[in-house]
Amino acid sequence: MNNNDTIRKTLIVAVSLCLVCSALISFSAVELRDLQEANKTLDKQSKILSAAGLLDDETDVTELFQSIEARIVNLETGEFDSEISLTEYEESAFSRNPATSIELTSENDIALLKRRENFQTVYLHYNVDSLNAVILPVRGYGLWGTMKGYLALEPDLKTIIGLEFFDHKETPGLGGEIDNPKWKSIWKGKEVYSDSGDILISVIKGSVDKSSTLAKYQVDGLSGATITSNGVTNLLSFWLGDMGYGPLIDRLKQSEVKDV
Amino acid sequence: MSKAKEVLLNPIFNDNPIALQILGICSALAVTGNLYITLIMCVALTTVVTLSNLFVSLIRNHIPTNIRIIVQISIIATLVMLVDEVLQAFDYESSKTLSVFVGLIVTNCIVMGRAEAFAMKNGPLMSAIDGFGNGLGYSVILIVIAIIREFVGAGTFYGIEIMPLTTNGGWYLANNFFLTPASSFFIIGFTIWALRQWKTEQIEEPEFKISKNSLEGEKGAA
Repeated sequence: MNNNDTIRKTLIVAVSLCLVCSALISFSAVELRDLQEANKTLDKQSKILSAAGLLDDETDVTELFQSIEARIVNLETGEFDSEISLTEYEESAFSRNPATSIELTSENDIALLKRRENFQTVYLHYNVDSLNAVILPVRGYGLWGTMKGYLALEPDLKTIIGLEFFDHKETPGLGGEIDNPKWKSIWKGKEVYSDSGDILISVIKGSVDKSSTLAKYQVDGLSGATITSNGVTNLLSFWLGDMGYGPLIDRLKQSEVKDV
Repeated sequence: MSKAKEVLLNPIFNDNPIALQILGICSALAVTGNLYITLIMCVALTTVVTLSNLFVSLIRNHIPTNIRIIVQISIIATLVMLVDEVLQAFDYESSKTLSVFVGLIVTNCIVMGRAEAFAMKNGPLMSAIDGFGNGLGYSVILIVIAIIREFVGAGTFYGIEIMPLTTNGGWYLANNFFLTPASSFFIIGFTIWALRQWKTEQIEEPEFKISKNSLEGEKGAA
């Protein structure tokens, strides 16, 4: 019997095994990265289209996405920014860098983001010449982690077309039901702002009383997922408010989107 | 039956990893809500268990006893990470749905169990066949559960509508309980019962018998 249990042999086996395994994993990670990135982009594009209700099974996502125009917007002023190119913009890097983001105080950080980037990519969809949908990236903290998604608004800038999350860590079956098509379909036609401009949209506990005057601003809560439901309300209030897309929405309303 | 055939086919009904050895239950609960996802999981697990058995068996004569579990886990973990990378590259939707459960193949008792119980003692070819057979045994049960759950819970078979749901204007009111993992417990239980009715040699001897109430005997003493 050859002796495998000497310290020398143990070390040799352990080290060579680690080397072989790590080489294999690094190789596959590098080789497959492009494909994985392409998949992620495609997934993101299909979520943007889906939020705006533009996704259909027959047409290719890349082809559909050509009707969408992406613009960088300065969240402070609400104006479109042409200095930053779309390819160099990266949300996570911008929101960490002190030069391109601001720290949120505890009163205005309702979506628990800590920092907010000063620039964001928004997506505009045109039907021939007139604006058809505005799709805004939104995110906020749920129960287990940050929920990231897209909110699509009609050209009146207060009626929701759809809300779609592409990344979250909520409990499957409870908070994870934010992906449920039935729940997502409730959002269509709900309004976010009252006539005086207050943000009224919220996910309530239980079902919406249809006779209530507030019904058009309310969405049924997810049972067993109060914290997730509140998280969704909070992230919408944040991003639709002054710290979020408020300035952009005001400006778009005034200009009637002629100059875009 | 030749040895190879026996090693391959035994785990399917005679020595099923889920139904007889009661291993790998957690993924059988978690990923059986729809048939397509289940099939992906079955392919992933079968690949991992076959290859891990093969590689463990290839180097079995050089593995120091002290670190043999660590060596096995490293091999299994490497394979699982490779499968995960490949899945993310070629079937992104499924990899998102399966999410953490692909990674959890590492902790699937079937993979470790076969490496330790079979691959450490047998040649590479036999070990690979054993791994493949156990993968098939796992898959058979998972597919049965997934078909039942998808059919009762959503009225579909492999995504094709069989019973139109009331929510889509049909007549079938879906039983949502079957979409929750807990329903798998019942289905696995009934599967085990059915299998043991068919192959009665799998029925286990009771480990102990409940004795008569001992107070009866003590009464006299008191």
